[in-house]
Amino acid sequence: MPEKTLIEAIREAIDEEMARDPRVFVVGEDVGPRGGVFRATMGLWQKYGEWRVIDSPLAELSIVAIGIGAALNGFRPICEIQFADFIHPAFNQIVNEAARFFYRSGGVYNVPMVIRAPYGGGISGGLYHSQSVEAFFAHVPGLKVVIPSNPYDAKGLLKAAIRDPNPVLFFEPKKGYRLIKGEVPEGDYIVPIGPAKVTREGSDLTVFAYGMMHYYALQAAEMVAKEGIDVEVVDLRTLAPVDKTTILNSVKKTGKALIVYEDNLTLGYGAEVAAILAEEGFEYLDGPVMRLAGPDVPGVPFSPPMQDFFMPSPQKIAEAIRRLARY
Amino acid sequence: MAVEVKEFLPITQRHEDLGLSDETVLRMYYHLLLSRRLDERCWVLQRQGRVPFHISGIAHEGIGVGAAYALRKGFDIVHPYYRDLALSIALGMKPVEFMLALYGKKGDPHSAARQMPSHFSLCHLNIISGSSPVATQLPQAAGIAFAEILKQKLRPQLEAAGFRVSREMRVVLTSTGEGSTSEGDFHEALNWAGIYRLPLVVLVHNNQYAISVPVWKQMAVKRVADRAAAYGIHGAVADGGNVLEVYQVVKEAVDRARAGEGATLIEAVTYRWTPHSSDDDDRTYRTREEVEQGKLRDPLPRLRDYLYRRGLLTQREEDELEERVRAEVDEAQRQAEEAPYPAPEEALAPVFATEDRSGWWGE
Ligand SMILES: Cc1ncc(C[n+]2csc(CCOP(=O)(O)OP(=O)(O)O)c2C)c(N)n1
Repeated sequence: MPEKTLIEAIREAIDEEMARDPRVFVVGEDVGPRGGVFRATMGLWQKYGEWRVIDSPLAELSIVAIGIGAALNGFRPICEIQFADFIHPAFNQIVNEAARFFYRSGGVYNVPMVIRAPYGGGISGGLYHSQSVEAFFAHVPGLKVVIPSNPYDAKGLLKAAIRDPNPVLFFEPKKGYRLIKGEVPEGDYIVPIGPAKVTREGSDLTVFAYGMMHYYALQAAEMVAKEGIDVEVVDLRTLAPVDKTTILNSVKKTGKALIVYEDNLTLGYGAEVAAILAEEGFEYLDGPVMRLAGPDVPGVPFSPPMQDFFMPSPQKIAEAIRRLARY
Repeated sequence: MAVEVKEFLPITQRHEDLGLSDETVLRMYYHLLLSRRLDERCWVLQRQGRVPFHISGIAHEGIGVGAAYALRKGFDIVHPYYRDLALSIALGMKPVEFMLALYGKKGDPHSAARQMPSHFSLCHLNIISGSSPVATQLPQAAGIAFAEILKQKLRPQLEAAGFRVSREMRVVLTSTGEGSTSEGDFHEALNWAGIYRLPLVVLVHNNQYAISVPVWKQMAVKRVADRAAAYGIHGAVADGGNVLEVYQVVKEAVDRARAGEGATLIEAVTYRWTPHSSDDDDRTYRTREEVEQGKLRDPLPRLRDYLYRRGLLTQREEDELEERVRAEVDEAQRQAEEAPYPAPEEALAPVFATEDRSGWWGE
């Protein structure tokens, strides 16, 4: 099987879905001849033409709203928000509109669309090219929120998202775009939206993570393995709807949980996992549920030492694992 | 600065010159009357405490009815706002379909009793579900219209995949209030409309107020329609109290859109003489004299006067029509009152779709 980067897997998924279904189109800033600022749509404009790969005006609200309208009128839009940091002008269209259409029409109008956005820090992007916005959207029933952590999943999950009859937010860990490589089969396969995945079996404690933090969590697990700590790692993959079964089953086995995410700590996605464990997994727990996340400051600073201070890293995760294992 | 109110003006157009038959113009009057009497009844029911809330389309009927008749019903797509009772009625909404929503009863076809009333949504009439944040429907309507362009451009691929694309473009009509044109959604929608020459009609009901804020605190230009030029689309103004003029202006816009000549921003001028909603007290922001003046824009007596002048309506026929409309409203109310409420657990579903039903494909 060929090795691919995360971004190549994403492009392959879009390409194959566009070839499979003429209702699929891409709309966003610079997605056309330029192929996207991260090159996620590179070559697609040349292949599918200007009516399938659409350079939008610089206006995020309308990128999403045009997607909603086109979805209502039979198409399968993939809306690209250039950076998750710039999704906020479209927040109302996503949360009040796309998420609620099906419910508010009593199940009559569904909105099949994907909103892709690169997210997360560690790329010297400063306050406004580093944000993790998943918790805002995972809070809203009616939206599916998906974050892949490896090329295989990225391709399969994105295909599932494009075929899903609901609005799906697909957040891509941009630091991992070229860094994370893995085997990606040629041709069609699906990774279903919903299930989390145990990516490393272990018995002492479970680390829950997603996106770039899942990649780091696996590295941290290897570091502490040498010290005799046997870590289970769970890639959450779909944040909404959440896979409670996999979360609870893992902690039933290990008794301890650490949740890692690069968003600000307070009311981040880890709070939900912790609440699920407190409410439904209390009997399994042998220690406090721990969270490792970014500090509660308004953004990831630009200066390298401050950025490193903000971001969870394999070393910081390993340290948190040691603390939890000692408990 | 006071708001602008013009005197009662007789209708000067002739319906036959606009291509409308005698029957059609009489049917327009019936739709005006039906939505007015239905609306008035809703106020009564709200004041009696029988329904929680009503937001009125009174004084907007000329705009809604005029626009509806300019569309190909069941073909063109409409993304309306909360003052579009008359538009929905003229497109085919039954009074009971509105009343079920007013009461929040089971069988409400708009939202299964989830939304407040006047969030019109009827799939079989191509009326699309709207929300409460104002102007959000505008860029969505632009997206629906954009999809019409895509269908034409991608016809060979789509047809090869089994999707029937009609030869004629559907026109998308969306509406909003003048206050809502201050939202970014309005401007982003018009920008797309201009760039892609979308088959879109943006119909702004200018009733002079956004709740309590008068139009001159909303924008620095004189007319909403003046803004069209900035987006490279057509702009037009219609007297919202003159149903034939609204028909004429919207029809021109629809024809242009269908011919591929792009979008039109229409400002239909009226005056809201009810409070904003049943929760509003408009005495806190305007005088009763001004409101009395505003009633002179009423589209009903103007069309009635026209029909009398043209010999299409007699007193006896008018009385009969009133009687028929009253019976219809009575019956709608009876049915809505007798309908059950939804079971509480119906609040739980459906949140996610399991299959795709989207799209207007084929004829
Ligand atoms: C985004 C948003 N802000 C505020 C409101 C509250 N609100 C509802 S209607 C309205 C006034 C709208 O005025 P206009 O657009 O002129 O329409 P009209 O009611 O006069 O027909 C306001 C402020 C809202 N629904 N949505």
